Amino acid sequence: MSKSFKKVLVSLLVGASVLAFAGCSSSDKTALKAAVSGEINGGGSTSVQKIIDAAGSEFTALNPDAKFTYSGTGSSDGIKGAAADTYSFGCSSRDLKTEEQPGLKVATFAYDGIALIVNPANTVTNLTKEQLTKIFTGEITNWSEVGGADAPIVVVSREDGSGTRSATEELLGFAEKLKADATIKEGNGNVQTTVAGNANAIGYVSLTFVDKTVTAVNVNGVKATVDNVLNKTYTLSRPFLIFYDEKKTDPATQAFIDFLMSEDGQKIVTKEGGITVSK
Amino acid sequence: MEAIKRKKLRERIIENIFLLCACVAVISLLAITFFVFYNGLAPFVSNSYSLWSFLTGVEWRPGSNMYGIFYMIVGSVLATFGAILIGVPVAILTAVFIAEMAGSRAGKVIRFAVELLAGIPSVLYGVFGLGIIVPYVLKISPMAQGESLLATVFVLAIMILPTVVSISETSLSAVPKEYREGSYALGASKIQTIFRVVLPAAKSGIMTGVILGIGRAIGETMAVMLVCGNPIAGIPTSLFSQIRPLTTNIALEMGYASGVHQELLYSTGVVLFVFIMIINFAVNRIVKTKVGN
Repeated sequence: MSKSFKKVLVSLLVGASVLAFAGCSSSDKTALKAAVSGEINGGGSTSVQKIIDAAGSEFTALNPDAKFTYSGTGSSDGIKGAAADTYSFGCSSRDLKTEEQPGLKVATFAYDGIALIVNPANTVTNLTKEQLTKIFTGEITNWSEVGGADAPIVVVSREDGSGTRSATEELLGFAEKLKADATIKEGNGNVQTTVAGNANAIGYVSLTFVDKTVTAVNVNGVKATVDNVLNKTYTLSRPFLIFYDEKKTDPATQAFIDFLMSEDGQKIVTKEGGITVSK
Repeated sequence: MEAIKRKKLRERIIENIFLLCACVAVISLLAITFFVFYNGLAPFVSNSYSLWSFLTGVEWRPGSNMYGIFYMIVGSVLATFGAILIGVPVAILTAVFIAEMAGSRAGKVIRFAVELLAGIPSVLYGVFGLGIIVPYVLKISPMAQGESLLATVFVLAIMILPTVVSISETSLSAVPKEYREGSYALGASKIQTIFRVVLPAAKSGIMTGVILGIGRAIGETMAVMLVCGNPIAGIPTSLFSQIRPLTTNIALEMGYASGVHQELLYSTGVVLFVFIMIINFAVNRIVKTKVGN
């Protein structure tokens, strides 16, 4: 065995053990720092439920004395509940209105981007928000009207009550005006499969669901990417907010929010399909 | 004396255990019925939505307080009818082949295949439908999407095969040998015997199979949800129209619904329940006439 190879091996081993120890100490620290007890009951947006539930169960695993519940009742309810102290924290998947803000301490813990997807065979690469609204309400029904081939547009939407649907409706302004013969698919995955299988289809999914089988069109000339969501040039995005009554500092809730914003918490955000704020 | 008493006691205990087990089914039925009807009739009792607009409406927009299920009833009925129209002849002829014509080996293979078909989870039928049937329908469809009444009919027709085949086959096999021998003795061919003697003799059993097949088709949810399109409005006007059956309406939205919206999803369940009950009563009647024969 050559000397230099031995050196490399040794340094690798040392490096690995240092990393392993570093891993140990950091998780020990989190556990020590966040060892809290008490009841945390949150409520609000259903869109964030997956992330918050996952973070909550991780948090209670680290803090066995803490009790955690989250009820998905809608963003507006979360804001009201947090202000009225019926929830120890609230979550919303939209920005707060100015009249809603007083008295609340707000933090953004994740972003969600919505991609408008078409079949890869489609030649249309860019659509304006206005065109998109018209497509989803049925005013534009042929791809040739937006610079594509002469073919009917197949609109694919989500089921009523879906967070992605309500966000898209809000951002594009077609709430309750979806055309009657739109195909409704349950879940992001089904929308993606449908668009992948139909050359004339258009649908919308959470950014994480865009893959090689579908093409995300540019909206107002901006590409749908995580970076463009973060620098706010891609406008079909929404923040996931967490907030609580600033007069009522509850250590357990504060510890949970700290955990959510920590590296471990942000890992859960990514795992559950959100865009982290730490980037 | 003691021994007899003990034996009797044991018999009673065992009998009661059986009764208890039997009660599980009955109690479940009562609980489900009560639950669905209690929730489903609430919006009409409290007058938060009119029963008439619910049953005759052709648009389902919960956000605009429009909850019409008439187009869903039409969709469910048409899909079931289509599935029966295609599935039943295929199933009956399969049953005839297994019971009357196939050598024991071929019959065994086909019976095994049909049994396997029954064991495939319904969501896989849906995935198959979405991946194979929907694109094929799209090729021949004048519409721009393949999700349609026709695709639903095809998927359901395959799904009801196992039910109809196995029940028909059992009743064909139960036709006494003497019937066939009598027919042959009169000089009838095998085909004549099957169609003129055996099938009529097994009629009520086959009808039971068909009706259970209807029940399966109208109640199917997961597979259908993937291939039917689920539009928010519109009575289907052609085989290529999208449909939204009653079952998928419940499955799609129950996860998020609250308030009147949720109650009206239960009401959709009540309508479905009524359909299934009618079918079950029909089965019972047919089974009774069979006993009468």
